[in-house]
Amino acid sequence: EVDLEERLGELDLGSDSDVTPPTDSTPEILKRALSGLSARWKNWWIRGILTLAMISLFFLIIYLGSFMLMLLVLSIQVKCYHEIISIGYRVYRSYELLWFRSLSWYFLLCVNYFFYGETVADYFATFVQRREQLQFLIRYHRFISFALYLTGFCVFVLSLVKKHYRLQFYMFAWTHVTLLITVTQSHLVIQNLFEGMIWFLVPISSVICNDIAAYIFGFFFGRTPLIKLSPKKTWEGFIGGFFSTVVFGFFFSYFLAQHQYFVCPVEYSSETNRFMTECEPSELFQMKKYSVPPLLQAVLGWETVNMYPFQMHSFALSTFASLIGPFGGFFASGFKRAFKIKDFADTIPGHGGIMDRFDCQYLMATFVHVYITSFIRGPNPSKLLKQLLILQPEQQLSMYKALESHLVEKGILQPSPKG
Amino acid sequence: YFLLCANYFFYGETVTDYFFTLVQREEPLRILSKYHRFISFALYLTGFCMFVLSLVKKHYRLQFYMFGWTHVTLLIVVTQSHLIIHNLFEGMIWFIVPISCVICNDIMAYMFGFFFGRTPLIKLSPKKTWEGFIGGFFATVLFGLLLSYVMSGYRCFTCPVEFNSDTNSFTVDCEPSELFQLQEYNIPLVLQSVVGWKTLRMFPFQIHSIALSTFASLIGPFGGFFASGFKRAFKIKDFANTIPGHGGIMDRFDCQYLMATFVNVYIASFIRGPNPSKLMQQFLTLRPEQQLHIFNTLKAHLVDKGILGSLEDA
Repeated sequence: EVDLEERLGELDLGSDSDVTPPTDSTPEILKRALSGLSARWKNWWIRGILTLAMISLFFLIIYLGSFMLMLLVLSIQVKCYHEIISIGYRVYRSYELLWFRSLSWYFLLCVNYFFYGETVADYFATFVQRREQLQFLIRYHRFISFALYLTGFCVFVLSLVKKHYRLQFYMFAWTHVTLLITVTQSHLVIQNLFEGMIWFLVPISSVICNDIAAYIFGFFFGRTPLIKLSPKKTWEGFIGGFFSTVVFGFFFSYFLAQHQYFVCPVEYSSETNRFMTECEPSELFQMKKYSVPPLLQAVLGWETVNMYPFQMHSFALSTFASLIGPFGGFFASGFKRAFKIKDFADTIPGHGGIMDRFDCQYLMATFVHVYITSFIRGPNPSKLLKQLLILQPEQQLSMYKALESHLVEKGILQPSPKG
Repeated sequence: YFLLCANYFFYGETVTDYFFTLVQREEPLRILSKYHRFISFALYLTGFCMFVLSLVKKHYRLQFYMFGWTHVTLLIVVTQSHLIIHNLFEGMIWFIVPISCVICNDIMAYMFGFFFGRTPLIKLSPKKTWEGFIGGFFATVLFGLLLSYVMSGYRCFTCPVEFNSDTNSFTVDCEPSELFQLQEYNIPLVLQSVVGWKTLRMFPFQIHSIALSTFASLIGPFGGFFASGFKRAFKIKDFANTIPGHGGIMDRFDCQYLMATFVNVYIASFIRGPNPSKLMQQFLTLRPEQQLHIFNTLKAHLVDKGILGSLEDA
């Protein structure tokens, strides 16, 4: 009989001192400017300045376009991956397994290549078509990435060192779970982004808004603690944050839905060699009249209201951001307590690591993606066409005939004259 | 609970396409199938929130380990099994040949090792030898060729599985694809003098079987080494005691682990084109302008290739 608790307990002993707290990385210039203030206010100011800096950087990159946003998402993914893996090294004291670090980065590359081929390559289809080697890499990406992964897998098996079996298996599993969390989420975020920048901006801003609003409501009205894991969170903050986020999401969507730049799916134009967002806005982003329910009619005094259908969807998104998003934060808090670390890293002064900022976003990206594929997006026409052209000639012919009869039946196509 | 959620998700992703006609008739099934991503995600989230709410103060690390362990196990076990089912629906031969190759390699490597084994292969498994490894490789390739030859002749093995809504059962009835039709191959000059034949009649599938059996003998054993390392790491002799003399079910299937993924990737990359009926379904959900655009592009392509032009003239 395996006594698992005993086995796992071995690793809990005496590791408090080994997982050292991160050092202070505040820039000197800030320290000097705030030298006159007490420690508490200094911390406030640092957090505030960095918050503004991050938000401004975010706006700048939005202005620069979808490609830059994609690069931003990828670099955040790499940094989060690095932070979580480093924690694993500290926890397991696996400094002597130096080759493992390279293996982790290798697996990150393989998985990114696989996902890139699965999702993003479709959008670059015209770019890829022109270059032979790229075509090959994309068409057979599954096989190539699997072969690369297998090489890493075999290297892992061959490199198992006698005394440290369990350590090596733990690090291997840690790497895979981290890959699952960071890489899949980031590619889902990029897919949402290509659907239209609004599907990227509204969810992320809702989560940030909920964070800030819950903090403010908790600061002014907070009394009842919410959960043992995070003693600073309160029910008042939670509920206040929920309502503020819904209202914010509603108005923010209204503002964004008017601009083609945010609403249109991203497409790569082979003529100009850039991404463009130009299209006929879908019906989600066209004003419609909604009848106000009789209950609210008395309160508001209007009988109908002009809204974008997307604003209804924003209700779902902001509700998720405020009710379920915080669980991602609690999960991260529990994780930090479990491994006795204060922050994931000290990349951002006053805030901790990149992962600390993105722990609530964790579940949001998946939810938005599932939401879009379930309720919004139909299949991608260019992808469908690509698959049609791969079929055998007989299959293409039978598809052609079936399509023709369907379109004639629906009256979209005039029947071709016979004879 | 997580096992159920993951299974439901994968079932909706892959297998429901084959049950399409059955599902369309029953309204609750249709909803469960169409919105399976959303429903399975919602179910998963419920489990996730329950995990977070149930974190007990003194045992945080233990609980996170078990959570991670659960997810890695799901990744290994559930994804592999659904890939195998996917392969099976492609045609039973894609299920039987890979699995038999792995089993044959196990047995042949053992026998070659028993009779000729001298040089140890890897520290992890001291009983494995290089002689067994190489002997097993050649024996498996030969076995794969012969087994594929036998099976390619029968429709029940080579045809994709389809669900027939009239008879309410699975049918394997089709026109065998060119993979399973005998073809003449020229033997390279080098072998001609040895074998004495100028051409050879083979099924193209047998060429693919060489790739499958090569993988089974060269890379498959790494799955076994991985499992051996795992057992040493956690100081267990066998995964369980389900089968007397052999250990647990996992002990028998550790080498199959990577084979299923390889076969699926192989089929998706080199064999299977897109599924026409699935494409038709997707087409019907598009908007009229998009449908017209695709129709016209397809028409232009067919005329260009000369496939359609000949019909118009006749």
